[in-house]
Amino acid sequence: MPKIRNLEDLRKIKESAKDLTAARSGGRTRIIVGMGTCGIAAGAREVMTAILAELEKRGVKDVAVETTGCIGMCQFEPLVDVIRPGEPRITYGNVSPEDVPRIIAEHLINGNVVTDKVIGRTD
Amino acid sequence: MPIYRAHVLVCRGTGCTASGSGEVFKAFREELAKKGLDKEIMLVETGCHGMCEMGPIVVVYPEGAFYCGVTPKDVPEIVEEHLYKGRLVKRLLYTMPEEMLKVPHYKDIPFYKKQHRIVLRNCGFIDPDRIEEYISRDGYQALAKVLTSMKPEEVIEEVKKSGLRGRGGAGFPTGLKWEFAHKARGDKKYVVCNADEGDPGAFMDRSVLEGDPHSIIEGMTIGAYAIGSDEGYIYCRAEYPLAIKRLRTAIAQAEEYGLLGDDIMGSGFSFHLHIKEGAGAFVCGEETALMASVEGRRGMPRPRPPFPANSGLWGKPTNINNVETWANVPPIVLNGSDWYAALGTAKSKGTKVFALTGKVKHTGLIEVPMGITMREIIFELGGGILGDKGFKAVQIGGPSGGCLSEQHLDLSVDYESLTGAGAIMGSGGLVVMDEDTCMVDVAKFFLEFTQRESCGKCGPCREGTKQMLLMLNAISRGEGTLEDLDKLEKLAQMVKEMSLCGLGQTAPNPVLTTLRYFRHEYEAHILEKRCPAKACVALIHYTIDPERCRKCGICARNCPVECISGDRNTPYVIDQDRCIKCGTCIEVCPFHAVEKI
Repeated sequence: MPKIRNLEDLRKIKESAKDLTAARSGGRTRIIVGMGTCGIAAGAREVMTAILAELEKRGVKDVAVETTGCIGMCQFEPLVDVIRPGEPRITYGNVSPEDVPRIIAEHLINGNVVTDKVIGRTD
Repeated sequence: MPIYRAHVLVCRGTGCTASGSGEVFKAFREELAKKGLDKEIMLVETGCHGMCEMGPIVVVYPEGAFYCGVTPKDVPEIVEEHLYKGRLVKRLLYTMPEEMLKVPHYKDIPFYKKQHRIVLRNCGFIDPDRIEEYISRDGYQALAKVLTSMKPEEVIEEVKKSGLRGRGGAGFPTGLKWEFAHKARGDKKYVVCNADEGDPGAFMDRSVLEGDPHSIIEGMTIGAYAIGSDEGYIYCRAEYPLAIKRLRTAIAQAEEYGLLGDDIMGSGFSFHLHIKEGAGAFVCGEETALMASVEGRRGMPRPRPPFPANSGLWGKPTNINNVETWANVPPIVLNGSDWYAALGTAKSKGTKVFALTGKVKHTGLIEVPMGITMREIIFELGGGILGDKGFKAVQIGGPSGGCLSEQHLDLSVDYESLTGAGAIMGSGGLVVMDEDTCMVDVAKFFLEFTQRESCGKCGPCREGTKQMLLMLNAISRGEGTLEDLDKLEKLAQMVKEMSLCGLGQTAPNPVLTTLRYFRHEYEAHILEKRCPAKACVALIHYTIDPERCRKCGICARNCPVECISGDRNTPYVIDQDRCIKCGTCIEVCPFHAVEKI
């Protein structure tokens, strides 16, 4: 373990340790994956794995990835919701693992909704 | 580093560990691995959440779902339903006792809603064995600020301005204490953390030591810098093995990172910290006795002055603060004195941690702003009296504190108001009593404790507490006289004024306050030979109502001294001479035929 020699060292450790506890405080961007029986059957688990892999690849840390049960729109599963702080909740339908990098890069990071996959929007 | 989408926090405080959270943690580890979720869900062992009676407690983030009474058998369901499919396991969520409503989120539980957590900011939220988690929550930032941009005098000024007062009980202004030690002459100075928490029913300090040990290390290092010390001791009772283990880990990690030891953060300032295990004598919580014990001598107090600030450990200037006081220091330095002083009352700033125990619905550890009323603590945070019985009294400040009655429920909880009512803030024990509690018995209980713990050095405490106890024993047997009451009061006053240290000076408080607010109960014991709460064994007896007795014989079979006789044709009767008044018959009788009179 390297010794902390100055403020900068401490800040670096704090930065790298941030995701250790970040998931425990609210107020960040949320990704919610539908994990009802319908979602799982439609491949939600693979979508979830793809999301986690993409976030890790890009080093995005300030995101809460949550799961939720069936919300009734089973024919559109896998459903993925993205909520950026202060913005409406966007629901994407029929999401495949291949769609994930696009949603994360364009919507989550750059703030541009991926319109062709959107099926709902809640303010 | 992989992204963890969810965090499962299993409480490993002493309370939850005792109710089996170790097995729960193991079950989670196995189940997560089995389901292939161990790479995306982080499993964390934390310190105490405060709601120990609901343990083992498991909190799942990011939702903040609060699961109570979790057993290893529940783990597969939580993993499958919540962590895999995102559905809360409703049956394990916290339930509001009145409305029977399930409360999914940590922050919505009434027990936590009124709390303001400064000292307990990290307890139950971080893994105390990982310094990185403490750092991620602004840990050691205050120390960095002090070492890089503040002079010792400025640190003292900031603590003075915050209005922080000693949380060990006496409430001496912390900044002033630091200033005395800072100004004292000497090339060698010490700082000490008093972690000799000995009040019956109190576990505030233990929870901080177990749940957030780094906050104490950081606080002490800042204090050492302010007074010009390079060495410190944490005096912790050996009965807190988990606290000591976590402290040792924390000290080793801080040293490894260069946050403790020589040349901290390259600033040239050095501070070394040791742990001294105490053998659990109550008197060692008194600062001069504590220092004697650290030095390896018998733990006995000595007269002051000289005060520790001038002549403490090995005759060197020493600054002693309690666990909770030290844990308050980093947030004060980091957020500024104004932030802290905005909380609380005119003379008592900030928050206070209490161990709420006794006959309330929710016992546990709470941190509330100063100035809150006793009513809010007992009826809102505590959820009211167990079994919806009547409230009778609350003992604040442990065996050194006093019993407050219903008239004090709206009293502001701060140093001055409590002292005015004859109690003390103390270290933060709160024992709530219902209508079935006998106040003579309560006074006796606390006095038995202080009498046993008296070190015997000074006469008033050694002999006085013993004589007071003998009088109380006689009264509870119905053998007291009204004259005894006056004598008891006089003696209590004398012990209070003449004892050498805080133990003797406060030991009479439970007696004096019960005499002041519940004198009629003493008088009932003396004049009517009656214990109104039916608690004093010598003044009660058990009888069987022949009308209600169904002659089943369950009482007779369960009586440990076989003093109940009867058969299928004759109702059962208790032989009063042989009865030891254990109360077994009243518990086992299915027809409520046994009465306590």
